Amino acid sequence: MEKARPLWANSLQFVFACISYAVGLGNVWRFPYLCQMYGGGSFLVPYIIMLIVEGMPLLYLELAVGQRMRQGSIGAWRTISPYLSGVGVASVVVSFFLSMYYNVINAWAFWYLFHSFQDPLPWSVCPLNGNHTGYDEECEKASSTQYFWYRKTLNISPSLQENGGVQWEPALCLLLAWLVVYLCILRGTESTGKVVYFTASLPYCVLIIYLIRGLTLHGATNGLMYMFTPKGSSALSLLAFQIEQLANPKAWINAATQIFFSLGLGFGSLIAFASYNEPSNNCQKHAIIVSLINSFTSIFASIVTFSIYGFKATFNYENCLKKVSLLLTNTFDLEDGFLTASNLEQVKGYLASAYPSKYSEMFPQIKNCSLESELDTAVQGTGLAFIVYTEAIKNMEVSQLWSVLYFFMLLMLGIGSMLGNTAAILTPLTDSKIISSHLPKEAISGLVCLVNCAIGMVFTMEAGNYWFDIFNDYAATLSLLLIVLVETIAVCYVYGLRRFESDLKAMTGRAVSWYWKVMWAGVSPLLIVSLFVFYLSDYILTGTLKYQAWDASQGQLVTKDYPAYALAVIGLLVASSTMCIPLAALGTFVQRRLKRGDADPVA
Amino acid sequence: MLWLLFFLVTAIHAELCQPGAENAFKVRLSIRTALGDKAYAWDTNEEYLFKAMVAFSMRKVPNREATEISHVLLCNVTQRVSFWFVVTDPSKNHTLPAVEVQSAIRMNKNRINNAFFLNDQTLEFLKIPSTLAPPMDPSVPIWIIIFGVIFCIIIVAIALLILSGIWQRRRKNKEPSEVDDAEDKCENMITIENGIPSDPLDMKGGHINDAFMTEDERLTPL
Repeated sequence: MEKARPLWANSLQFVFACISYAVGLGNVWRFPYLCQMYGGGSFLVPYIIMLIVEGMPLLYLELAVGQRMRQGSIGAWRTISPYLSGVGVASVVVSFFLSMYYNVINAWAFWYLFHSFQDPLPWSVCPLNGNHTGYDEECEKASSTQYFWYRKTLNISPSLQENGGVQWEPALCLLLAWLVVYLCILRGTESTGKVVYFTASLPYCVLIIYLIRGLTLHGATNGLMYMFTPKGSSALSLLAFQIEQLANPKAWINAATQIFFSLGLGFGSLIAFASYNEPSNNCQKHAIIVSLINSFTSIFASIVTFSIYGFKATFNYENCLKKVSLLLTNTFDLEDGFLTASNLEQVKGYLASAYPSKYSEMFPQIKNCSLESELDTAVQGTGLAFIVYTEAIKNMEVSQLWSVLYFFMLLMLGIGSMLGNTAAILTPLTDSKIISSHLPKEAISGLVCLVNCAIGMVFTMEAGNYWFDIFNDYAATLSLLLIVLVETIAVCYVYGLRRFESDLKAMTGRAVSWYWKVMWAGVSPLLIVSLFVFYLSDYILTGTLKYQAWDASQGQLVTKDYPAYALAVIGLLVASSTMCIPLAALGTFVQRRLKRGDADPVA
Repeated sequence: MLWLLFFLVTAIHAELCQPGAENAFKVRLSIRTALGDKAYAWDTNEEYLFKAMVAFSMRKVPNREATEISHVLLCNVTQRVSFWFVVTDPSKNHTLPAVEVQSAIRMNKNRINNAFFLNDQTLEFLKIPSTLAPPMDPSVPIWIIIFGVIFCIIIVAIALLILSGIWQRRRKNKEPSEVDDAEDKCENMITIENGIPSDPLDMKGGHINDAFMTEDERLTPL
């Protein structure tokens, strides 16, 4: 006798689970960067078009497949066609890679969260050097926030080759992160369903609080205006610039990529979540809701991010002006407090003419303070979250509170996405009769968490951040495009679009509109193929792949080439997931041939 | 004669205290930066206090207990406010070595700062580096305490969930008679054959056709 499939307690849990999975760190640290690179306001146009043309149809497709087949990714694709079970296996492999490195981000968020309960915040001051006469050298050359990230958190080595040992502090935080994830997935949908209420809603509370705080910060408007205006232009050329960006193919490609990866398509998580639905669930409505909320969150988060940028840039600019004033005051023994931001230029001119020799002597030390160059630092990824944001937070009043709120939000976003990733791995495992008859659900989850945690210790080594970047850039990108492409073709042409449509109609009681059919059969596969071609050609044209390494002696990042074994690992990452599809098809083909051979002893 | 002596003394003083002279130190005060509206003006009385503080610091050095306020000479006071000073020996002919003055000032920097309501950044003795206060280092780092608390909470929660799961399963195994009733409750036995859900166990004896969806499933909750 089969046990009934566990279900979500209500459809709100399902929607929250999807939102919690889709709204992740990429919304906070990738979208604002793209907005800044491609002209701010004008980036929204390709973004929304891609959402409607690519995001919603593909999301609806995955949810419908999961809800219809009521199994995890491997079982679902095997049902669609036995030759395509490799798609499911590839999804599981990619999810496995993702969960390996993604939880390290949660570990870092925990680390920063625990360190936020100190006064002053540890990343706001440089530590002293050996004889207490000055500050640590590396910290002086870089900034205190960079020092805390690269030296105290990562203890990063100068290059990929120098591995170093496992750092016990991040290792402990990683262990804690995996324990928290295990706690949430322990009981399957029963526990996950309750946790997603928090992981989906709390980040929005924090974002709203940050929006109110961010908009009231001094200098926030500078950042917001910068988001919409290109560098150094007037209002007239603004329109021309926006239209020019629309014609830039890179903007469209990045918009498509962002929508694609932000929704988390192809990992099998959405199929897993939808498989726990009642068959009559209206997944079309949910697909539209989830994709709209995901995009809205990206835009919302980028408004918050840009007001924080503006505050940080203004603060640094004013600091720079103060430093220049102090230098001038000290060199020329002017009255203390005489120089202000408004008369600085005047006085500089006067001094240059009155004391030319002295002025030219100290001139090299005067930095040109510019608000533009402070705003220009376009950052994405961990750099944005852990360096730029912490720099802004340390200058706010009651910085401990803001820091705790911010890292708590990062944790909620990260854990929400991890729930989806682990669901993608666990659902096929618990569906498989062989495994689930021998081990209870808790033991399977425990084993998966244990294996991931053990492998994840690699990312806590001194060179761990470089390996993290490798996984982040290459583990999921190409493979996912291929997986989703095969998924779309499988549903439309192998299973049959008409058959799928009638299945959906029988299941939910609603007809599938022509729009979805056109998108599934034609537009979305074409889009994915073009993205795939673009990425492949980009990789081939770039030649040797490079990475950014932290140079402690200079206090900044330098570019280095990947060694041969790192390139081999990259190749292995991409191959191990993409090769599953043809290998599984081949395996099924051989299996069938052998069975047919057994059945007809004459032939 | 007296005029000549006076002239000589001031000349010697002028030689001893000069910008860049041997054993002379430059001092820089940023009163307005430190105190804003409450800034006091720098006048000769403040200079007298400064001389007193330097003399006080020197008196704490062994062999220099006889230093008087008149032994401290100030010169080149600017608007900044900045000036140079030297400390002379009782004969007023030589200046005390810079090393001694430096160590004396360093040891009493805190008292000197407090006398003027300033701190290390706003009362600077150039060439005398101040000892920076080391950050407060508790014996057990705070983050480990918080980590330990949360770690224990999570472990306890996991243990509770696992144990309650084991108890539930044991209760289910001990009551095989309940299993039949459970089938009649909301748990639908569904297997997938050719993609069509169907109930393999015909428990209802042919009275109810399970191929049709029940009323509950047709009305989607949301």
